[in-house]
Amino acid sequence: MAARLEMRGVRRSFGATQALRGVDLSVAPGEVMALVGENGAGKSTLMKVLSGAIAPDAGRLLLDGAEYEPRNPLHARRCGVAMIYQELALAPHLSVTENILLGVEPVLGPLVKWKEARARARAALREVGLESLSPDVPVRELSLARQQLVEIARAVALECRVLVLDEPTSSLTAQDVQKLFDLIRRLKARGISVIYISHFLEEVKEISDRFTVLRDGETVGTGTTAEASTDRIIALMVGRSVTDLYPRSPREPGETVLEVKGLSGHRKPEAASLELRRGEVLGISGLVGAGRTELLRAIFGLDRVKSGAIRVAAHVGRASPARRWAQRVGMVSEDRKTEGLALRLSVADNITLPRLRGLGPLGLVLPSRQRAACERWIERMSLKCQSAAQSVGALSGGNQQKVAIARLLHADVDVLLLDEPTRGVDVGSKAQIYRLIDELATRGKAVLMISSYIPELLGVCDRIAVMSRGRLGEARPREQWNEEALLAAAVGQENS
Amino acid sequence: MNDESANVTLRGRKRMAGSGWANIAGRFLALIIVFAFFAVMVEDGRFYTLRNLENILRQSCVYATAGLGMTMVIVAAGIDLSAGSLIALSVVSVAWVLNLEITGPDGGAMSLVDAHPVLTPMLAVGVGVLASTLAGLANGAMVVGLRLVPFIVTLGTMGMVRGLAKGIADERDIYPPADTWINSIMDPTLSSAERSWQVLPTGVWILLAGVVVAWFILRYTRMGRHVFAVGSNEETARLCGVPVGRTKLFVYTASGFFCGVAGLMQFSYIGGIGQPTTAVMYELFVIAAVIIGGASFSGGEGSVLGTLIGALTITILYMGGQQMGWPKWVQEMVIGAIIIFAVAVDRFRHRRATE
Repeated sequence: MAARLEMRGVRRSFGATQALRGVDLSVAPGEVMALVGENGAGKSTLMKVLSGAIAPDAGRLLLDGAEYEPRNPLHARRCGVAMIYQELALAPHLSVTENILLGVEPVLGPLVKWKEARARARAALREVGLESLSPDVPVRELSLARQQLVEIARAVALECRVLVLDEPTSSLTAQDVQKLFDLIRRLKARGISVIYISHFLEEVKEISDRFTVLRDGETVGTGTTAEASTDRIIALMVGRSVTDLYPRSPREPGETVLEVKGLSGHRKPEAASLELRRGEVLGISGLVGAGRTELLRAIFGLDRVKSGAIRVAAHVGRASPARRWAQRVGMVSEDRKTEGLALRLSVADNITLPRLRGLGPLGLVLPSRQRAACERWIERMSLKCQSAAQSVGALSGGNQQKVAIARLLHADVDVLLLDEPTRGVDVGSKAQIYRLIDELATRGKAVLMISSYIPELLGVCDRIAVMSRGRLGEARPREQWNEEALLAAAVGQENS
Repeated sequence: MNDESANVTLRGRKRMAGSGWANIAGRFLALIIVFAFFAVMVEDGRFYTLRNLENILRQSCVYATAGLGMTMVIVAAGIDLSAGSLIALSVVSVAWVLNLEITGPDGGAMSLVDAHPVLTPMLAVGVGVLASTLAGLANGAMVVGLRLVPFIVTLGTMGMVRGLAKGIADERDIYPPADTWINSIMDPTLSSAERSWQVLPTGVWILLAGVVVAWFILRYTRMGRHVFAVGSNEETARLCGVPVGRTKLFVYTASGFFCGVAGLMQFSYIGGIGQPTTAVMYELFVIAAVIIGGASFSGGEGSVLGTLIGALTITILYMGGQQMGWPKWVQEMVIGAIIIFAVAVDRFRHRRATE
C-alpha cells in the first residue's frame, strides 16, 4: 500500500545545532504510527516541520504521493494534516460550534450560517462520540478530556488525512484514555492515519500498529509494534539497554517526620491521614483529579485547609511554604511550566530561591556564590546545561525537572514532597531521578511521592496508598499491591 | 552515571537570547548609533559639544530616576501608571512646604523659609519624597490587598494622586517666596564658575547614586532575587516560600520613592515652582525607557543600567529632533516608532533564540 505520509531524509538545524539529522518516517492510510524518543530527540522539531511552522533544510515530504510543502500551520491543516498538541489550542470563551468551525465557518456574505454551522459541528461531534454534547456550550466549561475530543472533532470536520497527537494522554484519566483509544480506532477504520507521540510505552504497545524511534534527530529504528518488546524500544530510545530502572537499597524506616491527621480541604481531600517516616518512600496512587495534588498542596501550606492537623517533626501550627522550607520540607510541583520553575531565570536562581541565605556576607546574595553553590548539584544530578547562569527555559524537560529537584537538595530538606516527579521526563533522566530518590531515602530522608504511573510506584516506593475521590486509603507495603489492585482501588472498587 | 542518555537530551538545546552584559552592550551600541546620527546631522558639531552633553544628562535625569523604581515594578511583572502623578505630587509637596507661613516674633505672618532657611528646604525634600513614597506604598497595598491588576490600580491612582496634587496646590501653581538650594539641583555646572568643582549637576549625581542603590538591590540582595522570581513566575515564587505580597509592596513603594526623588529634579527643572500639572504623561516616557532598556512586560527581565541607557536614548532622540528643527509632531512620531522598533527587535531576537 502506498504511504499516506512519507518523510525522507528530513534535516533541519538551528545555528550550529542540528535538531534533525535525517529523519525517515512513513505512515500508511488507516495506520497508527507511534513516534517515540527521549525529550530533545527532535520530535517537536519534526512536528513543527510537519505542521509548516518551520521549513526543513533538506529532505522531502510526500502526502499521498504528492509533494507536500506546508507553508504554515493553516496551510498544513488545509492539506489535511492536523495537529493536536499537549496544550490544547481552543478558544475557551467560544462555543463548541465556533471552535470546531473556527476559520472555516459557513458564511453568507458577512453573516455566519449558524444553522448549518451547528449541524456540521454536531456531525463532527458524532464522529468523536460526543453526540450528547450541546454544540452551544462554551469550551471552558468542558473537562480537559472533552476539550481534547472537541479539538479532534475540529480536525475531523476539516476532513484531515493525517492526525498528529502529541502526548494526548498526559492529563487524562485512565477511563478517558480508553475512550480516546476507542476513538483512534474508529478514525483508523475510516482510513485516517494517526501519528501518536507518547512517553508511555504501554500506550504505544496498546494503540499503535508500528513505531518509529528518534534519537539525536535521526530515525534509529522502526518496526511493527506487536513484534517489539518494550525493552527493545527503550534500548533504541536511549541507545543502550536499561537494566534495573528502579534501584532499591536495603533501608530501615526511622522516626515519623510527617504526620497528617484528618486533613480536609475545601473540596478535596476528605479527612486524609498519613504517616511518613525517615528512610522511606511513600507513594500515593490514584486517578488524576482524585485529590492527590490538593493533599500535597495542603500539607505544604499552598492551599488552605478546612480541618485536620499536620505535624512536621516537632512543628505544628499554621502552614505556609516559607515555614515548610524552614522546617526542612520541600516540594516539587506537578506542573513545571506554570508553577514549578521560573523559566526565564537562570538555573542558579531557580535552585537557590528557597534558600538564599549563606550566599554572601550580611545576608546579601552574590551571584558568583549562587552559581558556585549550584555546581555541586549540576554535577551530582548530571544536569546538562551550559552553565548555572543559563535560563531554565532553554533546557530539556528532563533537565528542567532535575533543576526542580535540585532545589530541594540545595535547601537540604528532610521531607521531599514530589508530585509526578517524572512526568514529561525522558527515560534516561527518569532512571537518574529514581536512583536519587533511592539514595536520599537510604540516607534517612523521607519521600512522599505522587504518581499516575503505576510501575514507577511499585518500583520506587516502600509503601503505597491509593486516593480515590478525595479519600486516602490505608498505606500498605508495596509487596501487598500489584497493578490491578492499585487500579481497582483508584476507581473505588477496592471492597466490591 | 549514565552520561550517554544525558548527552542525548543536551543536543538540540539552544541558548536564550543575550546574557546580561552582552545585552547591555548591545543597547549601549544602539545608543551610540543614535547619538552619532545626530552628531553628524546637526550642523557645526553643536550636538557633541560638552554643553549639549550636559544638557542631555540633565534632561534625562527625571525619566531615568523615576525609571529606577519602574524597572523594579516591571521586573516584578507589574506596571505603575501613576508615575507622572507621583512626580507632580512630590513637586507640589516641596513647594507647599516652602510656602508655609508661621507666626513671626513680631506677631505677624512670616514665611517658614525666611525663619529657617536651612531646615525648611530639607523638610521640603523630606515631605516631597515621603508623600510620593506613601502614595507608592498605597499602590502596592491595593495591588496586594485587593488582589487587583496593577494596571487598574495605578490607572486609578494616576487620577487620584494628580487630583491630590491639584488639591494641595489649590489648583494653582505655587510660587515659593524664596529661592533655595532645591531650585538649583538641576543647574548646569559647565557655565557656572562656582559650581564647576562638581563636574556634573547635583541632580546627575543624585541619579548616579540612585542607579548604584537600585542596581545593588536588584543584583545583590535577597529582595532583588525575590523581585525577579515574582516577576518571572509568581506561582514558583510562592512555592519556594518567597513572600510575594511583601515583594510587590516593596516594588511599588520603591517606585513611589524614586518618583519622589525625580520630583525634586522636576521641581528644579521647571524653575522652582509647584506646578500640579507638571509631568503629565511622563509615565509613558519612563515606561518606554525601561522597555527600551530591555525589560519585558511579562516580568523577570530588566536591568537598571538598561533603563539608564533607555532614558538617555529617548532624551537624545528628543533633543536631537529638536536641534534638527524637526516639528514637534515629527519628533513624537519618531520616538513612538523607535519604541515599537526596539521592542520588536527584542522579541525577534528572543524568538530566534528559543525556537
